[in-house]
Amino acid sequence: MLDKLMNLDRRIIFILVALGVIIPTFLEVNFPIVASQPTRNIYNRIESLPIGTSIIIAFDYGPGSMPELHPMAKAVLTHCFRKKVRVIGMTLITEGATLADEMMRDVAAATGAVYGEDYVYLGYRSGSELVLREMGNSINAVYESDYAETPLAEIPMMQDITNYEQINLVIDLASGETVESWILYANTRYNQEIAAGVTGVMVSQMYPYLQTKQLVGLMSGLLGAAEYEQLIEQPGTGTKGMSVQSFVHLLVAGLVIWGNIVFLIQRRRASD
Amino acid sequence: MRQRVPLVLCFLFGIIIMVVEFSPHPIAGKVTQEVQQWGLIISPFALVLAVATLVRIHWVRIRRRSEYWQYSFLVFFGLIIMVAIGIPFRQQHPVFVWLFDYVYAPMDATMFSLLAFFIASAAYRAFRARTLEATLLLVAALIVMIGNVPIGDFLWDKIMPFGDGFPSKARQWILETPNSAARRGIILGVSLGVISQSLRIILGIERSYLGSGGD
Repeated sequence: MLDKLMNLDRRIIFILVALGVIIPTFLEVNFPIVASQPTRNIYNRIESLPIGTSIIIAFDYGPGSMPELHPMAKAVLTHCFRKKVRVIGMTLITEGATLADEMMRDVAAATGAVYGEDYVYLGYRSGSELVLREMGNSINAVYESDYAETPLAEIPMMQDITNYEQINLVIDLASGETVESWILYANTRYNQEIAAGVTGVMVSQMYPYLQTKQLVGLMSGLLGAAEYEQLIEQPGTGTKGMSVQSFVHLLVAGLVIWGNIVFLIQRRRASD
Repeated sequence: MRQRVPLVLCFLFGIIIMVVEFSPHPIAGKVTQEVQQWGLIISPFALVLAVATLVRIHWVRIRRRSEYWQYSFLVFFGLIIMVAIGIPFRQQHPVFVWLFDYVYAPMDATMFSLLAFFIASAAYRAFRARTLEATLLLVAALIVMIGNVPIGDFLWDKIMPFGDGFPSKARQWILETPNSAARRGIILGVSLGVISQSLRIILGIERSYLGSGGD
Protein backbone atom coordinates (compact mmCIF):
# COMPACT_ATOMS: atom_id res chain seq x y z
CA MET A 1 0.00 0.00 0.00
CA LEU A 2 2.77 2.43 1.01
CA ASP A 3 4.75 1.49 -2.10
CA LYS A 4 1.72 2.27 -4.21
CA LEU A 5 1.34 5.66 -2.57
CA MET A 6 5.06 6.39 -2.93
CA ASN A 7 4.93 5.61 -6.63
CA LEU A 8 1.58 7.22 -7.31
CA ASP A 9 0.70 6.94 -11.00
CA ARG A 10 1.62 10.24 -12.61
CA ARG A 11 -1.67 10.22 -14.54
CA ILE A 12 -3.50 10.63 -11.21
CA ILE A 13 -1.33 13.69 -10.46
CA PHE A 14 -2.03 15.05 -13.95
CA ILE A 15 -5.79 14.64 -13.41
CA LEU A 16 -5.57 16.35 -10.01
CA VAL A 17 -3.66 19.30 -11.53
CA ALA A 18 -6.18 19.54 -14.39
CA LEU A 19 -9.04 19.60 -11.87
CA GLY A 20 -7.11 22.14 -9.78
CA VAL A 21 -7.08 24.42 -12.83
CA ILE A 22 -10.56 23.77 -14.24
CA ILE A 23 -12.70 23.91 -11.07
CA PRO A 24 -11.42 27.30 -9.74
CA THR A 25 -11.78 28.75 -13.26
CA PHE A 26 -15.52 28.14 -13.08
CA LEU A 27 -15.92 28.89 -9.37
CA GLU A 28 -14.37 32.37 -9.73
CA VAL A 29 -13.19 32.53 -6.12
CA ASN A 30 -11.21 35.68 -5.32
CA PHE A 31 -8.79 36.07 -2.44
CA PRO A 32 -7.68 39.43 -1.03
CA ILE A 33 -4.50 40.59 -2.77
CA VAL A 34 -2.17 43.03 -1.03
CA ALA A 35 0.43 44.69 -3.27
CA SER A 36 4.02 43.96 -2.26
CA GLN A 37 6.53 46.80 -1.92
CA PRO A 38 8.51 45.99 -5.12
CA THR A 39 5.28 46.15 -7.19
CA ARG A 40 4.13 49.25 -5.35
CA ASN A 41 7.47 50.91 -6.20
CA ILE A 42 6.71 50.70 -9.94
CA TYR A 43 3.20 52.04 -9.41
CA ASN A 44 4.51 54.92 -7.26
CA ARG A 45 7.24 55.75 -9.78
CA ILE A 46 4.72 56.04 -12.63
CA GLU A 47 2.37 58.02 -10.39
CA SER A 48 5.19 60.47 -9.69
CA LEU A 49 5.94 61.09 -13.38
CA PRO A 50 4.67 64.43 -14.74
CA ILE A 51 2.24 64.43 -17.67
CA GLY A 52 4.02 64.14 -21.01
CA THR A 53 7.16 62.40 -19.75
CA SER A 54 8.27 59.28 -21.59
CA ILE A 55 8.99 55.74 -20.56
CA ILE A 56 10.09 52.64 -22.47
CA ILE A 57 8.26 49.34 -22.05
CA ALA A 58 10.23 46.39 -23.42
CA PHE A 59 8.03 43.39 -24.21
CA ASP A 60 10.74 40.76 -24.00
CA TYR A 61 8.59 37.65 -23.87
CA GLY A 62 6.89 35.18 -26.18
CA PRO A 63 3.56 33.35 -26.12
CA GLY A 64 4.87 30.79 -23.61
CA SER A 65 5.08 33.44 -20.90
CA MET A 66 2.05 35.41 -22.06
CA PRO A 67 -0.30 34.32 -19.23
CA GLU A 68 2.03 35.86 -16.63
CA LEU A 69 3.40 38.87 -18.50
CA HIS A 70 0.50 40.00 -20.69
CA PRO A 71 -1.68 41.00 -17.69
CA MET A 72 1.30 42.99 -16.34
CA ALA A 73 1.73 44.74 -19.69
CA LYS A 74 -1.96 45.57 -19.83
CA ALA A 75 -2.04 46.94 -16.28
CA VAL A 76 1.11 49.07 -16.68
CA LEU A 77 0.04 50.42 -20.08
CA THR A 78 -3.41 51.29 -18.73
CA HIS A 79 -1.80 53.13 -15.83
CA CYS A 80 0.55 55.06 -18.14
CA PHE A 81 -2.17 56.04 -20.61
CA ARG A 82 -4.47 57.15 -17.78
CA LYS A 83 -1.65 59.28 -16.35
CA LYS A 84 -0.80 60.67 -19.82
CA VAL A 85 2.71 59.24 -19.58
CA ARG A 86 4.02 58.62 -23.10
CA VAL A 87 5.09 55.05 -23.85
CA ILE A 88 7.69 53.74 -26.30
CA GLY A 89 7.19 50.03 -26.87
CA MET A 90 9.95 47.74 -28.15
CA THR A 91 11.19 44.17 -27.93
CA LEU A 92 14.51 42.37 -28.03
CA ILE A 93 13.01 39.00 -28.94
CA THR A 94 11.36 38.11 -32.24
CA GLU A 95 8.26 36.42 -30.75
CA GLY A 96 7.48 39.55 -28.74
CA ALA A 97 6.95 41.77 -31.79
CA THR A 98 3.39 40.78 -32.71
CA LEU A 99 2.28 40.29 -29.10
CA ALA A 100 3.40 43.78 -28.10
CA ASP A 101 1.83 45.41 -31.15
CA GLU A 102 -1.56 43.84 -30.38
CA MET A 103 -1.35 44.65 -26.68
CA MET A 104 -0.49 48.32 -27.24
CA ARG A 105 -3.28 48.73 -29.80
CA ASP A 106 -5.85 47.05 -27.50
CA VAL A 107 -4.99 49.14 -24.44
CA ALA A 108 -4.77 52.33 -26.50
CA ALA A 109 -8.24 51.64 -27.94
CA ALA A 110 -9.64 51.08 -24.45
CA THR A 111 -8.07 54.21 -22.95
CA GLY A 112 -8.26 56.55 -25.94
CA ALA A 113 -4.48 56.88 -26.35
CA VAL A 114 -3.38 58.20 -29.74
CA TYR A 115 -0.60 56.59 -31.76
CA GLY A 116 2.32 58.91 -32.36
CA GLU A 117 1.28 61.27 -29.58
CA ASP A 118 0.75 59.07 -26.52
CA TYR A 119 2.60 55.98 -27.62
CA VAL A 120 4.89 54.57 -30.28
CA TYR A 121 5.75 50.98 -31.04
CA LEU A 122 9.23 50.38 -32.42
CA GLY A 123 9.11 46.59 -32.76
CA TYR A 124 12.07 44.22 -32.84
CA ARG A 125 15.73 44.77 -33.66
CA SER A 126 18.35 42.06 -33.53
CA GLY A 127 21.53 42.68 -31.58
CA SER A 128 20.27 42.50 -28.00
CA GLU A 129 22.96 44.22 -25.86
CA LEU A 130 24.18 46.25 -28.84
CA VAL A 131 20.68 47.65 -29.30
CA LEU A 132 20.58 48.76 -25.66
CA ARG A 133 24.05 50.31 -25.81
CA GLU A 134 23.41 52.16 -29.05
CA MET A 135 20.06 53.48 -27.84
CA GLY A 136 22.07 55.33 -25.21
CA ASN A 137 23.66 57.31 -28.03
CA SER A 138 20.72 57.55 -30.40
CA ILE A 139 17.43 55.66 -30.55
CA ASN A 140 17.16 56.75 -34.17
CA ALA A 141 20.44 54.98 -35.00
CA VAL A 142 18.88 51.66 -33.99
CA TYR A 143 15.27 52.22 -35.00
CA GLU A 144 15.11 54.45 -38.06
CA SER A 145 11.39 53.68 -38.29
CA ASP A 146 8.60 52.28 -36.12
CA TYR A 147 6.93 48.87 -36.45
CA ALA A 148 4.72 50.11 -39.31
CA GLU A 149 7.86 51.50 -41.00
CA THR A 150 7.03 55.16 -40.47
CA PRO A 151 10.31 57.06 -40.08
CA LEU A 152 10.77 58.22 -36.48
CA ALA A 153 11.39 61.74 -37.76
CA GLU A 154 7.75 61.83 -38.93
CA ILE A 155 6.30 60.76 -35.56
CA PRO A 156 5.38 63.78 -33.38
CA MET A 157 6.12 62.04 -30.07
CA MET A 158 9.65 61.16 -31.13
CA GLN A 159 10.63 64.72 -32.06
CA ASP A 160 12.02 65.50 -28.61
CA ILE A 161 13.37 62.03 -27.82
CA THR A 162 16.96 61.28 -28.80
CA ASN A 163 18.28 58.75 -26.29
CA TYR A 164 17.91 57.61 -22.67
CA GLU A 165 18.29 61.18 -21.42
CA GLN A 166 14.68 61.86 -22.34
CA ILE A 167 13.43 58.56 -20.92
CA ASN A 168 12.34 58.62 -17.27
CA LEU A 169 11.92 54.90 -16.74
CA VAL A 170 12.40 51.60 -18.55
CA ILE A 171 10.12 48.70 -17.63
CA ASP A 172 11.35 45.37 -18.95
CA LEU A 173 8.67 42.68 -19.05
CA ALA A 174 10.83 39.64 -19.51
CA SER A 175 10.90 35.89 -19.59
CA GLY A 176 14.66 35.61 -20.19
CA GLU A 177 18.01 37.24 -19.59
CA THR A 178 17.12 40.69 -20.95
CA VAL A 179 16.63 42.33 -17.52
CA GLU A 180 20.32 41.76 -16.74
CA SER A 181 21.22 43.27 -20.14
CA TRP A 182 19.13 46.36 -19.41
CA ILE A 183 20.82 46.69 -16.02
CA LEU A 184 24.32 46.17 -17.44
CA TYR A 185 24.07 48.48 -20.41
CA ALA A 186 21.31 51.02 -19.77
CA ASN A 187 21.51 51.37 -15.99
CA THR A 188 25.22 50.99 -15.29
CA ARG A 189 26.43 52.87 -18.36
CA TYR A 190 23.74 55.51 -18.82
CA ASN A 191 22.25 55.66 -15.32
CA GLN A 192 18.84 54.79 -16.75
CA GLU A 193 16.20 53.83 -14.16
CA ILE A 194 15.03 50.25 -14.73
CA ALA A 195 12.06 48.33 -13.36
CA ALA A 196 11.10 44.81 -14.31
CA GLY A 197 8.20 42.43 -14.53
CA VAL A 198 9.35 38.83 -14.76
CA THR A 199 7.95 35.31 -14.78
CA GLY A 200 7.59 33.53 -11.43
CA VAL A 201 10.61 31.28 -11.98
CA MET A 202 12.91 34.27 -12.55
CA VAL A 203 11.97 36.25 -9.46
CA SER A 204 14.70 34.87 -7.21
CA GLN A 205 17.38 36.04 -9.71
CA MET A 206 16.14 39.62 -9.54
CA TYR A 207 16.27 40.27 -5.80
CA PRO A 208 19.97 41.22 -5.59
CA TYR A 209 19.37 43.95 -8.20
CA LEU A 210 16.33 45.15 -6.30
CA GLN A 211 18.37 45.54 -3.12
CA THR A 212 21.13 47.48 -4.88
CA LYS A 213 18.48 49.78 -6.45
CA GLN A 214 19.63 48.75 -9.92
CA LEU A 215 15.97 47.81 -10.23
CA VAL A 216 13.60 50.42 -8.85
CA GLY A 217 10.69 48.00 -8.80
CA LEU A 218 9.75 44.42 -9.57
CA MET A 219 6.56 42.59 -10.51
CA SER A 220 6.76 38.89 -9.71
CA GLY A 221 4.91 36.64 -12.12
CA LEU A 222 1.14 36.43 -12.14
CA LEU A 223 1.07 37.66 -8.54
CA GLY A 224 2.82 40.87 -9.62
CA ALA A 225 0.25 41.35 -12.38
CA ALA A 226 -2.63 40.81 -9.96
CA GLU A 227 -1.05 43.24 -7.48
CA TYR A 228 -0.70 45.91 -10.16
CA GLU A 229 -4.32 45.37 -11.24
CA GLN A 230 -5.35 45.97 -7.63
CA LEU A 231 -3.29 49.16 -7.48
CA ILE A 232 -4.90 50.61 -10.61
CA GLU A 233 -8.29 49.30 -9.38
CA GLN A 234 -8.93 47.33 -12.54
CA PRO A 235 -8.98 43.58 -11.83
CA GLY A 236 -8.24 41.55 -14.95
CA THR A 237 -6.80 38.23 -16.02
CA GLY A 238 -4.00 38.51 -13.45
CA THR A 239 -6.46 38.67 -10.56
CA LYS A 240 -8.60 35.92 -12.08
CA GLY A 241 -5.57 33.72 -12.70
CA MET A 242 -4.40 34.18 -9.13
CA SER A 243 -7.29 32.15 -7.71
CA VAL A 244 -6.49 29.30 -10.14
CA GLN A 245 -2.80 29.48 -9.28
CA SER A 246 -3.67 29.53 -5.57
CA PHE A 247 -5.44 26.19 -5.78
CA VAL A 248 -2.75 24.59 -7.92
CA HIS A 249 0.01 25.75 -5.54
CA LEU A 250 -2.01 24.41 -2.63
CA LEU A 251 -2.45 21.10 -4.45
CA VAL A 252 1.26 20.75 -5.25
CA ALA A 253 2.22 21.68 -1.66
CA GLY A 254 -0.33 19.13 -0.39
CA LEU A 255 1.08 16.45 -2.68
CA VAL A 256 4.64 17.17 -1.52
CA ILE A 257 3.62 17.03 2.16
CA TRP A 258 1.63 13.85 1.58
CA GLY A 259 4.53 12.25 -0.28
CA ASN A 260 6.87 13.07 2.60
CA ILE A 261 4.51 11.67 5.24
CA VAL A 262 4.35 8.40 3.32
CA PHE A 263 8.14 8.49 2.82
CA LEU A 264 8.80 8.99 6.56
CA ILE A 265 6.38 6.22 7.58
CA GLN A 266 8.04 3.86 5.11
CA ARG A 267 11.52 4.78 6.36
CA ARG A 268 10.52 4.24 9.99
CA ARG A 269 9.05 0.83 9.18
CA ALA A 270 12.17 -0.15 7.26
CA SER A 271 14.40 0.83 10.21
CA ASP A 272 12.20 -1.14 12.64
CA MET B 1 43.69 30.81 -42.81
CA ARG B 2 40.24 29.75 -41.54
CA GLN B 3 41.55 29.89 -37.99
CA ARG B 4 44.10 32.70 -38.16
CA VAL B 5 41.83 35.45 -39.52
CA PRO B 6 39.13 35.02 -36.84
CA LEU B 7 41.83 34.76 -34.15
CA VAL B 8 43.47 38.02 -35.29
CA LEU B 9 40.12 39.82 -35.60
CA CYS B 10 39.02 38.59 -32.18
CA PHE B 11 42.30 39.70 -30.59
CA LEU B 12 42.25 43.13 -32.26
CA PHE B 13 38.63 43.97 -31.49
CA GLY B 14 38.82 42.48 -28.01
CA ILE B 15 41.81 44.66 -27.10
CA ILE B 16 40.42 47.80 -28.82
CA ILE B 17 37.04 47.55 -27.08
CA MET B 18 38.67 46.83 -23.72
CA VAL B 19 40.87 49.92 -24.04
CA VAL B 20 38.23 52.34 -25.38
CA GLU B 21 35.59 51.14 -22.88
CA PHE B 22 37.63 52.54 -19.99
CA SER B 23 38.82 55.68 -21.75
CA PRO B 24 36.95 59.00 -21.43
CA HIS B 25 38.67 60.37 -24.61
CA PRO B 26 36.20 61.52 -27.33
CA ILE B 27 37.96 59.36 -29.95
CA ALA B 28 37.36 56.32 -27.75
CA GLY B 29 33.64 57.13 -27.70
CA LYS B 30 33.56 57.42 -31.48
CA VAL B 31 35.38 54.10 -31.91
CA THR B 32 32.91 52.37 -29.56
CA GLN B 33 29.96 53.85 -31.44
CA GLU B 34 31.39 52.80 -34.80
CA VAL B 35 32.05 49.22 -33.65
CA GLN B 36 28.55 49.06 -32.11
CA GLN B 37 27.10 50.05 -35.48
CA TRP B 38 29.10 47.28 -37.16
CA GLY B 39 27.77 44.86 -34.55
CA LEU B 40 24.19 45.95 -35.24
CA ILE B 41 24.74 45.38 -38.96
CA ILE B 42 26.35 41.98 -38.44
CA SER B 43 23.85 40.65 -35.87
CA PRO B 44 20.96 39.98 -38.34
CA PHE B 45 23.30 37.59 -40.15
CA ALA B 46 23.16 35.40 -37.05
CA LEU B 47 19.44 34.95 -37.73
CA VAL B 48 20.17 33.95 -41.34
CA LEU B 49 22.78 31.51 -40.06
CA ALA B 50 20.25 30.07 -37.59
CA VAL B 51 17.71 29.49 -40.36
CA ALA B 52 20.38 27.91 -42.58
CA THR B 53 21.41 25.56 -39.74
CA LEU B 54 17.79 24.64 -39.05
CA VAL B 55 17.22 23.81 -42.74
CA ARG B 56 20.42 21.76 -42.91
CA ILE B 57 19.64 19.75 -39.75
CA HIS B 58 16.12 18.88 -40.88
CA TRP B 59 17.22 18.15 -44.45
CA VAL B 60 19.76 15.66 -43.11
CA ARG B 61 17.07 14.10 -40.87
CA ILE B 62 14.83 13.57 -43.88
CA ARG B 63 17.64 12.21 -46.05
CA ARG B 64 18.77 9.75 -43.37
CA ARG B 65 15.20 8.82 -42.39
CA SER B 66 16.10 9.51 -38.73
CA GLU B 67 13.52 8.88 -36.01
CA TYR B 68 10.38 10.99 -36.55
CA TRP B 69 11.85 12.36 -39.82
CA GLN B 70 8.33 12.99 -41.11
CA TYR B 71 7.94 15.90 -38.67
CA SER B 72 10.81 17.70 -40.40
CA PHE B 73 8.43 18.30 -43.32
CA LEU B 74 6.23 20.24 -40.91
CA VAL B 75 9.22 22.42 -40.00
CA PHE B 76 9.75 23.25 -43.69
CA PHE B 77 6.03 23.78 -44.21
CA GLY B 78 5.82 26.24 -41.29
CA LEU B 79 9.03 28.00 -42.28
CA ILE B 80 7.99 28.47 -45.92
CA ILE B 81 4.49 29.72 -45.03
CA MET B 82 5.73 32.28 -42.48
CA VAL B 83 8.56 33.50 -44.73
CA ALA B 84 6.29 33.65 -47.82
CA ILE B 85 3.84 35.89 -45.97
CA GLY B 86 6.15 37.71 -43.56
CA ILE B 87 8.80 38.96 -45.99
CA PRO B 88 6.72 40.38 -48.87
CA PHE B 89 3.67 41.48 -46.85
CA ARG B 90 5.41 42.33 -43.52
CA GLN B 91 4.48 41.25 -40.00
CA GLN B 92 1.37 43.42 -39.78
CA HIS B 93 -0.38 41.51 -42.57
CA PRO B 94 -3.65 39.99 -41.23
CA VAL B 95 -2.70 36.47 -42.44
CA PHE B 96 0.66 36.65 -40.67
CA VAL B 97 -0.98 37.96 -37.50
CA TRP B 98 -3.67 35.25 -37.74
CA LEU B 99 -1.03 32.52 -38.10
CA PHE B 100 0.87 33.93 -35.13
CA ASP B 101 -2.22 34.33 -32.93
CA TYR B 102 -4.00 31.09 -33.77
CA VAL B 103 -1.19 28.67 -34.67
CA TYR B 104 2.16 29.72 -33.18
CA ALA B 105 0.97 31.34 -29.93
CA PRO B 106 -1.34 28.48 -28.83
CA MET B 107 1.32 25.86 -29.66
CA ASP B 108 4.01 27.72 -27.72
CA ALA B 109 1.67 28.36 -24.79
CA THR B 110 0.59 24.69 -24.78
CA MET B 111 4.19 23.48 -24.62
CA PHE B 112 4.86 25.81 -21.71
CA SER B 113 1.68 24.96 -19.83
CA LEU B 114 2.54 21.25 -19.89
CA LEU B 115 5.32 22.14 -17.47
CA ALA B 116 2.74 22.57 -14.69
CA PHE B 117 1.81 18.90 -14.97
CA PHE B 118 5.39 17.66 -15.11
CA ILE B 119 6.52 19.91 -12.25
CA ALA B 120 3.66 18.66 -10.05
CA SER B 121 4.57 15.05 -10.80
CA ALA B 122 8.32 15.65 -10.37
CA ALA B 123 7.79 17.58 -7.11
CA TYR B 124 5.75 14.69 -5.68
CA ARG B 125 8.49 12.20 -6.52
CA ALA B 126 11.68 14.18 -5.93
CA PHE B 127 10.92 16.49 -2.99
CA ARG B 128 11.77 14.10 -0.16
CA ALA B 129 13.22 15.02 3.24
CA ARG B 130 16.08 12.52 2.92
CA THR B 131 18.81 14.71 4.43
CA LEU B 132 19.01 17.95 6.43
CA GLU B 133 19.84 19.97 3.27
CA ALA B 134 16.96 18.39 1.36
CA THR B 135 14.63 19.16 4.28
CA LEU B 136 15.72 22.81 4.35
CA LEU B 137 15.15 23.04 0.59
CA LEU B 138 11.77 21.38 0.96
CA VAL B 139 10.61 23.73 3.73
CA ALA B 140 11.85 26.83 1.87
CA ALA B 141 10.14 25.70 -1.34
CA LEU B 142 6.84 25.08 0.47
CA ILE B 143 6.94 28.50 2.15
CA VAL B 144 7.72 30.29 -1.13
CA MET B 145 5.05 28.30 -2.97
CA ILE B 146 2.35 29.07 -0.41
CA GLY B 147 3.53 32.64 0.23
CA ASN B 148 3.43 33.36 -3.48
CA VAL B 149 -0.36 32.99 -3.70
CA PRO B 150 -2.98 34.95 -1.76
CA ILE B 151 -4.66 31.77 -0.51
CA GLY B 152 -1.61 31.24 1.74
CA ASP B 153 -2.17 34.40 3.77
CA PHE B 154 -5.94 33.93 3.61
CA LEU B 155 -5.84 30.45 5.15
CA TRP B 156 -3.13 31.35 7.68
CA ASP B 157 -5.08 34.37 8.93
CA LYS B 158 -8.24 32.23 9.24
CA ILE B 159 -6.56 29.36 11.09
CA MET B 160 -3.79 30.99 13.12
CA PRO B 161 -4.54 33.56 15.81
CA PHE B 162 -1.08 35.18 15.41
CA GLY B 163 1.33 36.42 12.70
CA ASP B 164 -0.88 38.18 10.15
CA GLY B 165 0.22 37.38 6.58
CA PHE B 166 3.01 35.10 7.77
CA PRO B 167 3.38 33.04 4.54
CA SER B 168 3.93 36.09 2.29
CA LYS B 169 6.25 37.74 4.84
CA ALA B 170 8.27 34.53 5.20
CA ARG B 171 8.47 34.20 1.40
CA GLN B 172 9.68 37.78 1.13
CA TRP B 173 12.35 37.18 3.79
CA ILE B 174 13.58 34.01 2.05
CA LEU B 175 13.86 35.87 -1.27
CA GLU B 176 15.48 38.96 0.22
CA THR B 177 17.94 37.33 2.62
CA PRO B 178 19.24 33.79 2.00
CA ASN B 179 18.27 33.82 -1.69
CA SER B 180 19.91 37.18 -2.40
CA ALA B 181 23.07 36.19 -0.56
CA ALA B 182 23.37 32.99 -2.56
CA ARG B 183 22.52 34.74 -5.85
CA ARG B 184 25.18 37.39 -5.22
CA GLY B 185 27.77 34.68 -4.74
CA ILE B 186 26.66 33.05 -7.98
CA ILE B 187 26.71 36.38 -9.87
CA LEU B 188 30.24 37.16 -8.64
CA GLY B 189 31.46 33.67 -9.50
CA VAL B 190 29.90 33.73 -12.96
CA SER B 191 31.28 37.23 -13.63
CA LEU B 192 34.81 36.18 -12.71
CA GLY B 193 34.38 33.14 -14.94
CA VAL B 194 33.18 35.32 -17.83
CA ILE B 195 36.20 37.65 -17.43
CA SER B 196 38.68 34.78 -17.44
CA GLN B 197 36.95 33.05 -20.36
CA SER B 198 36.85 36.33 -22.33
CA LEU B 199 40.57 36.81 -21.79
CA ARG B 200 41.23 33.25 -22.94
CA ILE B 201 39.20 33.88 -26.11
CA ILE B 202 40.83 37.27 -26.82
CA LEU B 203 44.32 35.83 -26.33
CA GLY B 204 43.54 32.85 -28.53
CA ILE B 205 43.94 30.24 -25.77
CA GLU B 206 40.30 29.16 -26.00
CA ARG B 207 39.53 28.26 -29.62
CA SER B 208 36.47 26.01 -29.43
CA TYR B 209 34.27 28.78 -30.91
CA LEU B 210 36.19 28.38 -34.18
CA GLY B 211 34.85 24.87 -34.71
CA SER B 212 36.94 21.94 -35.94
CA GLY B 213 38.06 23.37 -39.31
CA GLY B 214 41.82 23.36 -39.87
CA ASP B 215 44.07 26.00 -41.41
